Amino acid sequence: MLEISHISKTFNPGTINEKKAIRDLSLIVKDGDFITMIGSNGAGKSTLFNAIAGSFITDSGSIKLDGEDITLMPEHIRARRIGRLFQDPMLGTAPGMSIEENLALAAGHGGWLSSVSKKEKNDFREKLALLGMGLEDRMKQPVGLLSGGQRQALTLMMATYNPPRILLLDEHTAALDPGTADKVLKITREITENGKITCLMVTHNMHQALEFGNRIIMMDDGNIVFDAEGAKKAELTTDMLLLKFRESAGKQLDNDRILLST
Amino acid sequence: MDLSAVLELIQTTLELGLISSLTVLALFLSYSMLNVCDLSTDGCFTFGAAVGAMVALSGHPVLSIFAAIAAGMLSGLITALLQTKMGIDSLLSGIIVNTGLYSVNIAIMNNSSLVNLNKTTTIFTMVKKALTGTFLASFHKLIVVIAAVALVVVFLVLFLRTRLGLAIRATGDNPAMVRSSSINPVFTTIIGLVVANAFTGLSGCLMAQSQKSANIDIGSGMLTIALASLLLGRVFMGKGGIPKRAVGAVIGAMIFRIVYMIALRLHMPASMLKLVSSVIVIVTISAPYFRSKLPMLRRRLILKRGEEEKDA
Repeated sequence: MLEISHISKTFNPGTINEKKAIRDLSLIVKDGDFITMIGSNGAGKSTLFNAIAGSFITDSGSIKLDGEDITLMPEHIRARRIGRLFQDPMLGTAPGMSIEENLALAAGHGGWLSSVSKKEKNDFREKLALLGMGLEDRMKQPVGLLSGGQRQALTLMMATYNPPRILLLDEHTAALDPGTADKVLKITREITENGKITCLMVTHNMHQALEFGNRIIMMDDGNIVFDAEGAKKAELTTDMLLLKFRESAGKQLDNDRILLST
Repeated sequence: MDLSAVLELIQTTLELGLISSLTVLALFLSYSMLNVCDLSTDGCFTFGAAVGAMVALSGHPVLSIFAAIAAGMLSGLITALLQTKMGIDSLLSGIIVNTGLYSVNIAIMNNSSLVNLNKTTTIFTMVKKALTGTFLASFHKLIVVIAAVALVVVFLVLFLRTRLGLAIRATGDNPAMVRSSSINPVFTTIIGLVVANAFTGLSGCLMAQSQKSANIDIGSGMLTIALASLLLGRVFMGKGGIPKRAVGAVIGAMIFRIVYMIALRLHMPASMLKLVSSVIVIVTISAPYFRSKLPMLRRRLILKRGEEEKDA
């Protein structure tokens, strides 16, 4: 369970560029939740993910994961329990290293001085085969030779190799062509459902936001303006979402990408 | 020049090439793998030479090797701590350590800028003594440096295969990935620089003991020379796995020394060494850049010509 209580973050405080990115935000994510998140441009979705992952320390408030206070924990230590995918498929893998070497890093079995065993390589091959992209026969090739979709699928596999407590997906299919995006989304669904992985997914696609998960959150101006789950979420339509947004945020949804994709 | 003189010249060239190849392997780890340009290399090389010379002078030739390695590791640790824990820019950290080491090295060499090892037992004289009477005796230096280089190459290749080695490579390859994964980039940078500078220290120690003296300038220009060798090796060996690239680094160091030796035979002044190494680094780094610009330049030229024809 992830408990976020009253966190705030202001960038460039006291300057002309001051930006209150998150204002007194609280959120409880239950185990097994799959939450989709939408919101206007600059609403603070990515900032919230950065706060959870530990890219920066919040100005106030606390973040607890499974009861443990992780507010001040460094990013790389949190990363053992928090998996993350970015929009840019280039960010999640090392291009100059082979698929096998990338996976060996993600698997992280054994001590620092151990190397990849034959059994591990077989495990990698089996898991890669599940992606259905033929990567299992290219294990020795540098990741830099893969397409964006293949790299994102590999990143997803790496992030969930040791199932994380929370998986943060920050528009992870937005940079892919529609066909590849669908494939990566399908893999996302399979991996999160099979592993029962708690997941937060930012998307700019309203249909995706409604179709995926058991709970939907809308953000605006650094806070959560709408939150629906279960049956309440299931009966929502895109028009209702736009209406809800106008009611709770007091303005039109101004994410042009969202509007263009509805 | 008779045959034996030529052979001796080749042997000396190989020895020098192999000794400096240890510094090239250090840069292979720090520059090619970790993507850190370690400007403390010159000072660290001299540090290894000075520490190795003084320990050998006190009658411990074997210990001198390990002392020089430890000295290199210490230097690498400080360079790494400055850039990971103290907010000092990576390039600046190297320069600062390099400058500081100058005073340290003078102090180690008993406030002198030169230590003579003519009558001192070094690792080379020890091996020579052990081989007396066999035909190998005249190759004693080559045997020592080949053993050292082989050990370092094998160690480096195995090291880069471990989880730690992979993490170091990832740190250099994609810092963004490392930041969001469970690898601590501070840790990998520290280990990478410590191991790399261990090689540099060893390289300096062997150089001093092989030429039977350590002086304060022994390491000056080593970074550029090693970088030139590294890049030459890359040109000659092409792309490939880690073992191939590590061997390429060693071969690059040899090629560099051979070219330099030939230039000396053609009456190039010895003082030109550093200019030559600078030019090699400039050419090997800038050539791919200009190659990528070539299509655009060609099109511009064609466009210009076309306009001139119209005018005419």
